[in-house]
Amino acid sequence: MDEINLVEMAKAKPSDKRPYDQNAHDETARIMQICNACRYCEGFCAVFPAMTQSREFDVADTAYLANLCHHCGACYYACQYAPPHEFGVNVPAVLAERRAETYADYAWPRPLGQLFARNGLVVSMAIVAGLAITLGLMLAMIAPHLFWGVHLGEAAFYQVMPHNVMAGIPLVITAFTLLAMGIGAVRFWRDVGAGWPGWQGLTEAISAAGSLKYLGGDNAGDGPGCPVGDDRNSHNRRHAHHLTFYGFMLCFAATSTGTIYHYVFGWQAPYGYFSLPVILGTVGGVMLCWGTAWLWQLKRAMAEEMKSLRHLGMDYAFIWLLFWVSATGLALLALRETGLMGLMLAIHLALVYVLFLVLPYSKFVHSLYRSIALILYSVKR
Amino acid sequence: MYTKNGNTEDILWDVLVIGAGNAGLCAAITAAEAGCSVLVLEAAPPDMRGGNTRHTRNLRATHDAPTDVLIESYSVAEYFDDLMRVTKGVTNQELATLTLEKSAELTRWLGTRGVRFQPALSGTLNLGRTNAFFLGGGRTMLNSLCRHAINCGVEFLYQTPVQEMQLEDGFCEGVLLEDGRRFRAKKTIATSGGFEANLDWLSEGWGNAAQNFLIRGTPYNKGVVLKSLLARGVKSIGDVDQCHAVAIDARAPQFDGGIASRIDAVPFSVVLNKNGERFYDEGEDFWPKRYAIWGRLVAGQPDQIAYAIVDAHGLTRFMPSVFTPIKDDTIAGLAGQLGLDPAKMQATIAGFNKACPEGPIDQQILDGKKTAGLSPNKTNWAAPIASPPFYGFPLRPGITFTYMGVEVNARAQMLMEDGRPAANLYAAGEIMAGNILGQGYLAGIGMTIGSVFGRIAGEEAARALNRGLK
Ligand SMILES: Cc1cc2nc3c(=O)[nH]c(=O)nc-3n(C[C@H](O)[C@H](O)[C@H](O)COP(=O)(O)OP(=O)(O)OC[C@H]3O[C@@H](n4cnc5c(N)ncnc54)[C@H](O)[C@@H]3O)c2cc1C
Ligand code: SF4
Ligand code: SF4
Repeated sequence: MDEINLVEMAKAKPSDKRPYDQNAHDETARIMQICNACRYCEGFCAVFPAMTQSREFDVADTAYLANLCHHCGACYYACQYAPPHEFGVNVPAVLAERRAETYADYAWPRPLGQLFARNGLVVSMAIVAGLAITLGLMLAMIAPHLFWGVHLGEAAFYQVMPHNVMAGIPLVITAFTLLAMGIGAVRFWRDVGAGWPGWQGLTEAISAAGSLKYLGGDNAGDGPGCPVGDDRNSHNRRHAHHLTFYGFMLCFAATSTGTIYHYVFGWQAPYGYFSLPVILGTVGGVMLCWGTAWLWQLKRAMAEEMKSLRHLGMDYAFIWLLFWVSATGLALLALRETGLMGLMLAIHLALVYVLFLVLPYSKFVHSLYRSIALILYSVKR
Repeated sequence: MYTKNGNTEDILWDVLVIGAGNAGLCAAITAAEAGCSVLVLEAAPPDMRGGNTRHTRNLRATHDAPTDVLIESYSVAEYFDDLMRVTKGVTNQELATLTLEKSAELTRWLGTRGVRFQPALSGTLNLGRTNAFFLGGGRTMLNSLCRHAINCGVEFLYQTPVQEMQLEDGFCEGVLLEDGRRFRAKKTIATSGGFEANLDWLSEGWGNAAQNFLIRGTPYNKGVVLKSLLARGVKSIGDVDQCHAVAIDARAPQFDGGIASRIDAVPFSVVLNKNGERFYDEGEDFWPKRYAIWGRLVAGQPDQIAYAIVDAHGLTRFMPSVFTPIKDDTIAGLAGQLGLDPAKMQATIAGFNKACPEGPIDQQILDGKKTAGLSPNKTNWAAPIASPPFYGFPLRPGITFTYMGVEVNARAQMLMEDGRPAANLYAAGEIMAGNILGQGYLAGIGMTIGSVFGRIAGEEAARALNRGLK
């Protein structure tokens, strides 16, 4: 035979751009094979050093690499094989696709993984349902004049919703959420397969996650940040995410202190404006609002071709849900001594319940799988 | 701001730079920082700008002591010896020494203009002493330089291939684009690369064989500017068949396959031509040292094709390749897939296996495990091709860049055939690399030549215009 045919035949592999809406794993494996022969991006983040540990990429490998990626975009602007090159290498986009695929694959119960597919719609519907149910519950439990009434002093909130209901619902939801995410985490860990990271590995991973080291622009985490709309770098993504994450943690701390106040000291909400839970919640709430709005703006500014367009719904839904949870929390604080308190409380609680209910089927899981991937990276290195 | 009334000729630029690769950007930035108005004409669209520079990963720089990006030290003397060894003395020693000396400033100069390097001692290749690696490779480097150039006021035009250099007795009066637009400048700096993407021109040196060459880098370096300059009395340097050429995967695209199409299998393989015969010592030396001879070797084989064959043990000894190797459980089956005569290939492999010494090979050293009685012998790492599955990589010559170019002096001025410097023409990068690289290659020196001469050209153009330097 003549070798020209052979050449043509075999050429199909790396240059044949398959649509990856069915199977992002195949496309990820194809691109990782190209990167593995190139390695120019080895200094940007953890993905490339991790990639060099394989020659061929199975489903677990691509799941691991996809979740290790912080979607900073550096390797897209760096790539000499990016479109219009025929190799069509677009690492951030394909890893984002693959990541979303892993969220669905590791969801528990499995069939609920489907919820990732039309996440924007799912979350919106959950919000509507959540609002309806919470309001319905409240109105069924208390007299209407109480709902619209002005309540001051200790236990004011519980005039419109009994404490055991208000706290009981999230208890049930949280238990379920923890179970669902725990099962996903264990399965991901098992699939990617690695041993105990050791304390040092664990601290390394926690510090990398907590500092968003890999949005910093290089392996050491002290570069000029990452590109958003074009090849210019900035720390905006990192800072916006810090505001969001640490804002979330402050709100969480506020709720925890509130719980301690209630059960340990027997102090009933609402607490004074300068009490610990309210200060934590206010600062956290403002940070969350600011951070999520900023993240949203950055996400929009990001080059279209770098995004996983099919999963934008998931990204935006989560960002906005967080925004509204914190915004309504702040509004509740502002209006708690007025007749609108009942309504605000209902809306805020409904959003909080929805948030916790959809956590395992929302963008939230990125924090779980990315942290695990970072831990696994410490183990495998 | 590059036209008035749509007429590009109305503006007389201080400096016109042709080609937005490494050399062009270094020249444009230097001139602009000195206060010149600078226009860069680039043949490619923005996404594909930067020629071969977009495919690079490092530059070679001298240094007396460890730096943040280079370990130990690398003296000019040692650098010079390395250069003399690879070029076998075919170099302009004055220009070579200048380049090597000036390479000392490069990482800092580029660094202050936004180019980032990987920290010393990281990375996959063991060149941390001599070569500084761009973080994110050449395209990231280019992005940073373009950004900086724009901030300095440099204007860029894309998809503007220069067709003709309008020279009158060594004075450049303007340049003409393919579409007929004309641009004028007081000083013109040609940084448009070599002619590696011009297969017909390559054929002048290589004959018909050139039609089977793959071009590792940009399709835009067709040598149009070079040809135009040479036709109008600029002196040429270097031989038409001198270039950097390696053996790459035959399945790579015709252009722009870049670094990933590299095949590192050779030292752990037997390499057969299309007749199923071995033709060169695969284990002559460590791969980095022999990497650049295999392009020529394959070019010398019938139909310019060869096949590196390894077995299951061999496969894991080198960096993975971009194309999945062709795989079979038997040698005959692999021969069939590769289009080789199965009986012949079996015989060659069997003969090779019989000639192999006992015991395992050690790829960390020149282990002297050589075959006996073959012609040619494999002198290191000779291990039988015996453990299935067997893998084959088809190889073609991959041209990196050509060396023939314009002759320059130490001020980066082009020289005319009578030896006088051209009045207002400068060159930097591949288009003049032949002044320093008569033959052979040192990894990372291509970028060094481009940066050093780009800076000199920008500086000299500005100086000639009485523009002060920062
Ligand atoms: C795969 C590969 C890897 C390499 N790796 C390295 C490495 O690691 N280190 C190293 O030192 N060297 C490396 N080289 C060599 C290196 O690329 C070149 O030496 C260097 O980039 C040359 O720079 P330059 O600016 O002269 O040319 P280029 O970077 O090629 O730039 C020339 C520019 O001119 C433009 N152009 C061409 N013709 C015209 C025209 N008529 N009008 C307008 N514009 C025109 C082109 O589009 C291009 O943008 C590599 C080369 C290849 C192909
Ligand atoms: S993203 Fe592109 S440049 Fe970076 S390692 Fe992959 S192939 Fe190479
Ligand atoms: S973290 Fe950034 S550099 Fe690393 S793979 Fe993801 S997008 Fe690319």
